[in-house]
Amino acid sequence: MEKKRFVPRSFLIEVLVLAGIFTLVQYLIVSGLLNEYYQINLSAMCINIILAVSLNLINGFTGQLSLGHAGFMAVGAYAAVVVTTIYSQSFILGLLAACLAAGLAGLIIGVPTLRLKGDYLAIATLGFGEIIRVILQNIDFIGGPAGILGIPRYSTWPWLFGLTIFTIVIIANLINSSYGRAIISVREDEVASELMGINTTNYKVLAFVIGALFAGLAGALYAHYFYIIKPSTFNFLKSFDILVIVVLGGLGSTTGAVIAAIFVTMLTAALQTFPAIRMVLYAVILVVVMVYRPQGLMGNKEWGRRTFGRIWGEKNEPLANK
Amino acid sequence: MRVSRKLVLLVLMLFALGVLAGCSSKQEGGDKAGGDKAAVETIPVGINVELSGDLASYGSNSRNGMVLAIEEINQAGGVLGKELKAIERDCQSKPDEAMNNSAALVGEKVIAQLGPLTSGAVAGSTPVMMQNKTPLIAPAATAENVTVEEKTGKTLDYIFRVCYLDADQAKRMAEFALNDLKVKNAVIFGSTSDDYAKGLAKYFEEAFIAGGGEIVAKEGYVNGDKDFKATLTKLRSKNPEFIYVPGYYTEVALLIKQARDLDIKVPIGGGDGWDSPDMVKVAGVEALNNTYFANHYSVEDPSPTISSFVKAYEAKYKKLPDSFAALGYDSAKILAQAINDAGEADPAKVAQALAQIKDFPGITGTMSINEKHNPVKKIVVIEYKDGKLVSR
Repeated sequence: MEKKRFVPRSFLIEVLVLAGIFTLVQYLIVSGLLNEYYQINLSAMCINIILAVSLNLINGFTGQLSLGHAGFMAVGAYAAVVVTTIYSQSFILGLLAACLAAGLAGLIIGVPTLRLKGDYLAIATLGFGEIIRVILQNIDFIGGPAGILGIPRYSTWPWLFGLTIFTIVIIANLINSSYGRAIISVREDEVASELMGINTTNYKVLAFVIGALFAGLAGALYAHYFYIIKPSTFNFLKSFDILVIVVLGGLGSTTGAVIAAIFVTMLTAALQTFPAIRMVLYAVILVVVMVYRPQGLMGNKEWGRRTFGRIWGEKNEPLANK
Repeated sequence: MRVSRKLVLLVLMLFALGVLAGCSSKQEGGDKAGGDKAAVETIPVGINVELSGDLASYGSNSRNGMVLAIEEINQAGGVLGKELKAIERDCQSKPDEAMNNSAALVGEKVIAQLGPLTSGAVAGSTPVMMQNKTPLIAPAATAENVTVEEKTGKTLDYIFRVCYLDADQAKRMAEFALNDLKVKNAVIFGSTSDDYAKGLAKYFEEAFIAGGGEIVAKEGYVNGDKDFKATLTKLRSKNPEFIYVPGYYTEVALLIKQARDLDIKVPIGGGDGWDSPDMVKVAGVEALNNTYFANHYSVEDPSPTISSFVKAYEAKYKKLPDSFAALGYDSAKILAQAINDAGEADPAKVAQALAQIKDFPGITGTMSINEKHNPVKKIVVIEYKDGKLVSR
């Protein structure tokens, strides 16, 4: 038994490690040792982590198969760009607008569709993602199919890193709260949890809105890193990419989502010159994982629960595990 | 439990293998076009095009043209006594990947980047190229704002293109109709599904009216439509002397066939979206007589430069070069010319030389780069004559 401390030692260690990673990368960037290519992939990694962790909340923890994540990302990206580029406001306002808009979109789509189950929900969210894309394509104010060019690059390393950690902390803590227990109970058995007095629709909508909100945040970061957004970037294949990361990492493991996001980004970067091999390898890895490890790389296990899962709260029980 | 842990390890190793395979073969990939003489000093040239994704067929044709041009340049002794070495990257038809690739290419100290094809992907690459003062030559990006800064309208110092703009080809067709075909009024019947066709329709209307003509009717169809007879009948009642059909060959071929079936004999014109061997197959030789379209070049052009290019391309790739191949070829050739003009392999100096290019004899026309970094060239109008393409 560990002696009760106000701040556990392992928590301090993990904070120090994170601070160390941040400072090291920041130093490498400032000193010019990390060239632009690596910086881009590092940023893509952060954005993929946010997307995967937030989709994992919906697909992994709540057990609702959503295929519309790129749609929420698009809403966030466009909302942020309208605020920062068209109305020339600050980046923080843009991020807030992105979260609000995407969260709202999540609410609007979530309330009617989350009454559906399984395949039906998947189809509804898939359709929703496409609707968003088509709507964006037909609004001339935001550039139509050509999209918006010349977005200022506000997504610097501190923003990306900070918001990635922020996302992980918020979602991991949510999972480990009483809300999280309710959310997981919905995944495990909807009828049983309803019998226990849990309003399943409420919790499903809650998880959906929070997932959408962080997807919007990722969209905003994406837009302000890559200078240009256009509707076709956010097609259903983008949703599928995120889903692949989540499934690979393990439905219901935030750690898994993070690790898989890092792996997939690195793999994509390494295989850039060989598009054909990349797609084949993707598929092979997925098949191998699904055959030998249907629960994904991490299953539903977690690492580093102290920092991410328990800034506040009681004893460190792995709640996410069955 | 122990078994599955082993399997996790296996999967992780597979990942690692994949990453390693990707890294190690990356270096081999570059030499494809550069020849094998390691002793000769090389100048790296980045090729960043759509080799997968929606536009893979266009991108790979364009890449073929670029690689062919680089091989020819190297066989003729290279530039400044050095060989050009192509480093290929796939931008997957996505702006973010295009940017990622540009960063990687700049990291490999390329003299310039050729591609990507679409305006969106070029826009993704642009900031990286500007920051690193390395020129980018876009073979086929037709959006107006590719070479200029969005807000200020200032020309971007390092971004160039070798294709004409949509406004230019619509204007050329309008002038051709007014001056060569001597028509006085026209109708527009184009696709409303994409920016390309909508833009052409708009520019044609402006140029046609400016040239003294009259647009008597405007109609639209949606990509995927198969039956155009109702609208064509309506248009026939207006007695137009010319029909402008901006769109892609899939619909245009059917449209022309149905128009001729309805006894509409007037000339029909369009843009480079018509360019496909399928036109003759679908519409038929007879129906296509008296139709014209503006294009980058004609594969059946008898001039010696073009026919030798077509022959070389066909020998290497076993198919005819399309416009994208020709534009890719031109973008590589114009780069070689600029490096020679600059006198040294320095990206910034090459960019300055590119801006000064005058009367460069390309496959897609003799071109001069203007102050907006667009090529000024005579756009070819192609006539279908008994199933053959005749340049006008």
